[in-house]
Amino acid sequence: MAATQEEIVAGLAEIVNEIAGIPVEDVQLDKSFTDDLDVDSLSMVEVVVAAEERFDVKIPDEDVKNLKTVGDATEYILKHQG
Amino acid sequence: MPKIKPAKGAPYARILGVGGYRPTRVVPNEVILERIDSSDEWIRSRSGIETRHWASPEETVAAMSVEASGKAIAGAGIDASQIGAVVVSTVSHFSQTPAIATEIADRLGTNKAAAFDISAGCAGFGYGLTLAKGMVVEGSAEYVLVIGVERLSDLTDLEDRATAFLFGDGAGAVVVGPSQEPAIGPTVWGSEGDKAQTIKQTVSWDRFHTGDVSELPVDSEGNIKFPAITQEGQAVFRWAVFEMAKVAQQALDAAGISSDDLDVFIPHQANVRIIDSMVKTLKLPEHVTVARDIRTTGNTSAASIPLAMERLLATGEAKSGDTALVIGFGAGLVYAATVVTLP
Ligand SMILES: CC(C)(COP(=O)(O)OP(=O)(O)OC[C@H]1O[C@@H](n2cnc3c(N)ncnc32)[C@H](O)[C@@H]1OP(=O)(O)O)[C@@H](O)C(=O)NCCC(=O)NCCS
Repeated sequence: MAATQEEIVAGLAEIVNEIAGIPVEDVQLDKSFTDDLDVDSLSMVEVVVAAEERFDVKIPDEDVKNLKTVGDATEYILKHQG
Repeated sequence: MPKIKPAKGAPYARILGVGGYRPTRVVPNEVILERIDSSDEWIRSRSGIETRHWASPEETVAAMSVEASGKAIAGAGIDASQIGAVVVSTVSHFSQTPAIATEIADRLGTNKAAAFDISAGCAGFGYGLTLAKGMVVEGSAEYVLVIGVERLSDLTDLEDRATAFLFGDGAGAVVVGPSQEPAIGPTVWGSEGDKAQTIKQTVSWDRFHTGDVSELPVDSEGNIKFPAITQEGQAVFRWAVFEMAKVAQQALDAAGISSDDLDVFIPHQANVRIIDSMVKTLKLPEHVTVARDIRTTGNTSAASIPLAMERLLATGEAKSGDTALVIGFGAGLVYAATVVTLP
């Protein structure tokens, strides 16, 4: 069953917490991965791969750079999840 | 039909000695920053690299190889005349022919050992080790010298901020010889040529005499640039971190070794972030010593694993007889992983 927006944000929060050590509650739709959440370009690759597995989506490298905020990623996953 | 008599090999093969050579000149990040817009902090946090060694004109591919090999041969306790084959893995020896291995074999004083070069990028050490193991067990050589050697500073575009800080120079060598016990596990190796474009040379050599030379890339002073290594950093990072962790696990499984049995992990030294991430994905226990030679050596491609191995043994972080997982991966894309007993 496809994940809801809420479930995706919660999932991303867990992933970001695991990879960058940021508290789950800080991971909000309007937060920028690099500017607010201490996820640099390489950690972002790890976040993306973890999200791919968790939500059954494919996020190609060329799309990764457009995912600036948690909201961008959530929307992308909502639209592309299998 | 006449019967062909086969060669007589050893029951198994093992690494008997390891040696390394690091060029005299140590290059800190400050020197890299003279040519690119970056910072020491950025380079350290994205790659782990603090310093690397760059070879002088005298520290040629052959000279560095001879130095490293001399130590490996001494460590193995054999004489150079006993070496039956010399396998050199390099992408930075700039004479197409003959192979540099023959000069090295001669300078070391081998007795006309078979000698040839291989091109397998950052997986070159594992490819060479696999060939060596085969030769020892099959019987075409009793002792095989495997050398990984690079002068990647010659293939670095110092004005390219994505790669200028990454590469270093050096040589690492091992002697592989007969063993009564298995001491080199099955190799898990392969290639993914569909990703050949992700790490490559900026322009091929033949572009210098075919086509319009004026279309070749130039540096800030207008001079035609020497070819350099260029890569799609994030695509390579993704592949290295996730696909290579799987290959490393397969090598452990193939050798029948659990991560609890493992003492040392020596991955190709490409980026400390790749190393850290692999350690996490593989769930390596605390007691496993992890090579992070990248910090003071940079990425030396085929030389990185034997250089890191030598350093761990020299500092006492690893000891002779330890069980080590080694994995190389890089341009091709190619990879090779195996479990070895340290010399
Ligand atoms: C090379 C590597 C460290 C670059 O990191 P990266 O995150 O991919 O770098 P990017 O080019 O995507 O740049 C990310 C950001 O840092 C900036 N940046 C790039 N190089 C920089 C530098 N040298 N200094 C400072 N900032 C730099 C970019 O401008 C970009 O900023 P922006 O997001 O504001 O636009 C990394 O990709 C890597 O190591 N990959 C693996 C490659 C490897 O090991 N290959 C060999 C395998 S054998």
